Amino acid sequence: MEHLLEIKNLHVIYRGDEATVHAVNGLDFTLDRGATLGLVGETGAGKTTTALSVMRLLPDRIGTIEEGQILLDGIDITKASEGDMRVLRGSLVSMIFQDPMTSLNPTIRVGEQVGEVLELHRKDLSKEEIEKKVDEIFQLVGLPAERKMDYPHQFSGGMRQRIVIAIALACEPKLLLADEPTTALDVTIQAQVLDLMQELKEKLNTSTILITHDLGIVAETCDQVAIMYAGEIIEIGLAEDIFEAEDHHPYTVGLFGSIPDLSKKERRLHPIDGMMPDPSDLPSGCKFHTRCPRAAEQCSLQAQPLYQRGTHGIRCRLYADWEKQQ
Amino acid sequence: MATPILETRNLTKYFKTARGNLHAVDDINLSIEKGKTLGVVGESGCGKSTLGRVILRLIEATGGEILFEGKDLRTLNARQMEGMRQQLQIIFQDPFSSLNPRLSVSEIITDPIRTNKLLTGKAEIQERVVELMHTVGLSDRFINAYPHELDGGRRQRIGVARALALNPKFIVCDEPVSALDVSIQAQILNLMMDLQEQRELTYLFITHDMSVVKHISNQIMVMYMGQCVEVSPTEELFEQPMHPYTQALLSAIPVPKLQRDRKRRHLVRGEVTSPVNPLPGCRFAARCPHARPECTGEVIPLTERGPGHFVSCVLPVR
Repeated sequence: MEHLLEIKNLHVIYRGDEATVHAVNGLDFTLDRGATLGLVGETGAGKTTTALSVMRLLPDRIGTIEEGQILLDGIDITKASEGDMRVLRGSLVSMIFQDPMTSLNPTIRVGEQVGEVLELHRKDLSKEEIEKKVDEIFQLVGLPAERKMDYPHQFSGGMRQRIVIAIALACEPKLLLADEPTTALDVTIQAQVLDLMQELKEKLNTSTILITHDLGIVAETCDQVAIMYAGEIIEIGLAEDIFEAEDHHPYTVGLFGSIPDLSKKERRLHPIDGMMPDPSDLPSGCKFHTRCPRAAEQCSLQAQPLYQRGTHGIRCRLYADWEKQQ
Repeated sequence: MATPILETRNLTKYFKTARGNLHAVDDINLSIEKGKTLGVVGESGCGKSTLGRVILRLIEATGGEILFEGKDLRTLNARQMEGMRQQLQIIFQDPFSSLNPRLSVSEIITDPIRTNKLLTGKAEIQERVVELMHTVGLSDRFINAYPHELDGGRRQRIGVARALALNPKFIVCDEPVSALDVSIQAQILNLMMDLQEQRELTYLFITHDMSVVKHISNQIMVMYMGQCVEVSPTEELFEQPMHPYTQALLSAIPVPKLQRDRKRRHLVRGEVTSPVNPLPGCRFAARCPHARPECTGEVIPLTERGPGHFVSCVLPVR
């Protein structure tokens, strides 16, 4: 089996009192073993929802997977029971959250928080072995082992994120979901954490889904890239396809135009007009047509499939001469 | 050189803590010409926001002078300062917490106008609010909306409109786009540059984002633990960063381009600590890859290495 993760036609909704939010609308992608996929998009694009669906951590009773399959290492996560999920979380798949300030328990020593994962998943280890393993993991993420007796507030942001990474990797999961792991950190610390993640990935051969809005980070760390807009993947491909090919979805063009380019002297940026559509009231047809500079009449009428050429796929009528998917 | 609209001389702010004096802003000398932007960059805790607030006297300085159009703001009494505030405004980082959730958009924008009795007639005020909303690209259908009904980009536009309400000459922009998505960030940056051109505004632009600061500034000051380590015209700083900290900051920025050889970045080790009772010498020395004995023990002054390019480092030009 080639793929570690295969998501097929995933639909996720959040049911509120007043409106139903369509957060993910027909998501398809696969992730190879050992690969890193960058999931890019703005607030509300459905990136985090996708990750939470894989973890089956959608908010109870509000968020539901309406349709689709998530095959992780051959297991259909959407059909797994809560008991099965408890076994899988931490050992097969784990997640790093954005904010290292709030994702640790402030009242428990950090060493215990790392050890807890091992206690739950590695019943074969004795207390001493777990202690030894915790020391090793601390070393692995670049923290002195003697600091395991400290509490989270005694660490800086960058060090806390290292602890979160230590917890996520303690049982050497096959898949790591990293949700904006460096957004809350300063650039020099961000560089340290990204380097650490890269190093660990090579050492442990973990597949990673890196959720971010920063295309710079994606260019540095990812092999594959999927760009999301309003709950759909609008462009997907290898890093080369996204960063070097000529053909792009108009939204991708806008996203690149919005980033101040360090190498250019141009003063004005070229942002995308308008705002992200309200996910409880999505436009018909292509969801980007209301903001798209190249929209035609048919865009508002008909939703587009993903058109594929080689490894590169774009969901836009401009590429209708490419091979149609599904 | 034209006369600067704003200058600080030996500006300092120490906070008293249990462990001693925390040097949040330490001996900062800056000057900004009218209609220009000075970018202040640095990592969290380097004192950049404190600097912005000290300049506006939202926090009282410990020592030094703040000269606005030649007048020292620190010598003004409360009443004089109140009058002066019409010229000096601020845009805050977080559009979610810097707007009163119980006031409507029009009330938020009207507030400074009423307080300063700039206009009195109800109709006049209303007209001015609509005009301001159009200036910042907000449709007037939001005039009675409350902040929670608007998204981040629109809220930040209200923040800008409120700052413009009194026709200020100088605006401190404290990370005005950090909380926004890139496409919205670009909209707000364009707006701020347009406004600067139309109204000859002067900005002190505080940010941690090197690509944003390059885009908007004429001059950039790099701060580290309360001190200015390098100040230079923007182009020059990016072409020839001289302080090892500036070099580290620049090389840490992820660039949205694929690099075949994946060249190693100049990674700096360690993290920023807070400057409590700091010893004289370079505060970056502990993390600096080029540190040598001369770096500690004596105050290292800013020296001019190129036109307008000042660096505080003992290393010779490389």
